[in-house]
Amino acid sequence: MVEAIRFRDDEPHEEPAGSLDSFLDQSNATAVRIEAGEDVRQLLPYLERLALIEVDFPAFGDGRGYSAAQILREQGYTGELRASGDVLVDQLAYMRRCGFDSFAPEKPIDPEVMERSLGRYENIYQGTTDQRSPIWKLRHG
Amino acid sequence: MYQYDQYDQQMVDTRVEEFRDQVKRRLAGEITEDQFKPLRLMNGLYLQLHAYMLRVAIPYGTLNGKQMRMLAHIARKYDRDYGHFTTRQNIQYNWIKLEDAPDLLAELASVEMHAIQTSGNCIRNISSDQFAGAAADEIADPRPWAEILRQWSSFHPEFSYLPRKFKIAVIASDTDRAAMKLHDIGIQLVHNDAGELGAKFFVGGGMGRTPMIAPEIRDFVPADELISYAEACLRVYNRYGRRDNKYKARIKILVHELGKDEYTRQVEEEFAHMKELGLNPPVEELARITEYFADPAFDTQASDELDLSDPDFAVWVDQNTDMHKQSGYAIATISLKPRGGIPGDASSAQIDLMADLAEQYSFDELRVTHSQNIVLPHVKKSDLYALWQKLDEAGLAPANLDLITDSIACPGLDYCSLANARSIPLAQKISEKFAEQGRQKELGELKLKISGCINACGHHHAGHIGILGVDRKGTENYQLLLGGSAAEDTSLAKITGPGFTEDGVIEAIETVTDLYLQEKQGDERFIDTYRRVGMEKFKEAIYG
Repeated sequence: MVEAIRFRDDEPHEEPAGSLDSFLDQSNATAVRIEAGEDVRQLLPYLERLALIEVDFPAFGDGRGYSAAQILREQGYTGELRASGDVLVDQLAYMRRCGFDSFAPEKPIDPEVMERSLGRYENIYQGTTDQRSPIWKLRHG
Repeated sequence: MYQYDQYDQQMVDTRVEEFRDQVKRRLAGEITEDQFKPLRLMNGLYLQLHAYMLRVAIPYGTLNGKQMRMLAHIARKYDRDYGHFTTRQNIQYNWIKLEDAPDLLAELASVEMHAIQTSGNCIRNISSDQFAGAAADEIADPRPWAEILRQWSSFHPEFSYLPRKFKIAVIASDTDRAAMKLHDIGIQLVHNDAGELGAKFFVGGGMGRTPMIAPEIRDFVPADELISYAEACLRVYNRYGRRDNKYKARIKILVHELGKDEYTRQVEEEFAHMKELGLNPPVEELARITEYFADPAFDTQASDELDLSDPDFAVWVDQNTDMHKQSGYAIATISLKPRGGIPGDASSAQIDLMADLAEQYSFDELRVTHSQNIVLPHVKKSDLYALWQKLDEAGLAPANLDLITDSIACPGLDYCSLANARSIPLAQKISEKFAEQGRQKELGELKLKISGCINACGHHHAGHIGILGVDRKGTENYQLLLGGSAAEDTSLAKITGPGFTEDGVIEAIETVTDLYLQEKQGDERFIDTYRRVGMEKFKEAIYG
């Protein structure tokens, strides 16, 4: 595992992310790891307490984590949201749009390619939790 | 028709640059074919048996002469001088080189075209009624709604790695010319009691290995909630659609396994929350787009008189033109099913000619149909004869719309890496066999659809007569199906029994069509007779 790529100003969270089951069993944990297929809505009562949620991508083509991230951000989660696992450079821009602000890819990511990729699209067509203005909003003010 | 503004143009231009970068990294070996695959697929590039195949999006099947001419140019410059119009109202090129693809996409972008999301497990090109804006029976033009959906679904960050591909169709009349209920989401525009236009949602239809007709899940979604409702449908699917088995991953399986009511309940729950998120463009955006689809400047004095003294012309008018909403005009369908030809194929010269004719006779508009034909939607009746003569000279005037030789066929084993059997040669043989005008005309409307494998790209489940190519111990074998329909009376065809050789299946088709003529009552079409008489009688005739 390479070091996490973070798009946050705060210090990295110390507590390691445990499984959803172990998180639900503890009263004071502040970090959790969600596997694809686990219902992220189980975390909704604890969003205030959580500082790190890691969402695992078992394969880059398994897109469940994008919805998990959106749901968390829609519900007001502001802590670190990390994508881990089979996270590739060409998926980062969409992950950012869904609210991920930290990445722990299995394989290293070329920083130059990442920078190009993240800065590429000036505009977007649809609203997400990243609060960027969709093109329709630019058209109609 | 719709025109890009600076934003739309910038999006497709950026995509070209992005893909250029990705191709460069692939050719330099920086990414593996496995990693590259989803990237190229989202740009419509498939690796097929012999070469790369590129699928170009034609949103809701509508394009203008300039765009059509670009398609001809691409066929000439990058392919083998022809293109293949598909059941997704798109065009495919079969012989593309990977290193050429970025330049090709840049050329497309110069005429407001792209190949974005024409493949991959994402929301595909939105399809629609090929007669939109011209049909006498529509309550509104469905294309502005399709365009809203096109923009929303393009580069959608949450829904680009779905369990499987996702197809949406929008229609606006009770007559279904777009196989709406055989889509992942089918939308029919309807009026509510207050007279407002909204969307009726059908979810979970599809063909493939497990064909299903989409059930209605909501009778009215208002215009300003369309996107959040679609988001809710997609989110439930993205979270709970099966990912353990590619063949059970389409939304139809989820809807089927959960049951329509439970799926609907989950969608409504998600929707209740999503409609508050500000995801819907304002109604002004729909109004802005709708203006682009305003009627062209029809000559309201145009006459309905037609000189039908040329008998060949009269046959074509009878078969290939439809009633237009404006008196004095007709909708003309150019059949890409010449006798013995390859369904949906057109040469660059033919594509150029159709572009010219659209400019000259149809207010610069063309449509691609899911039956792999081309429509000139707005032709003045007084121009029909001149139009027909020019089409006829170019081999583009087969008078066979909706007849047995107007078949749909997938590319089959001649091109496709998934196919078990060839589709094209069979379609060609059937075309030859039934081409005599009198014979096919006597059979009337008869939708013949051929797929070269169970993935059903040739829509065999929805054929009045369907043919499915399978591999039987290393030889191509063809199963015969009867009774399907992709129209408003949607139904799924059933297999008659044991399969046939290529010649055998043609014989079987002759048997069932003979039986139809024998059993037919009144104005019954083949499908009507089949439904009344039932499968058994047809089976007996075939297998004795």
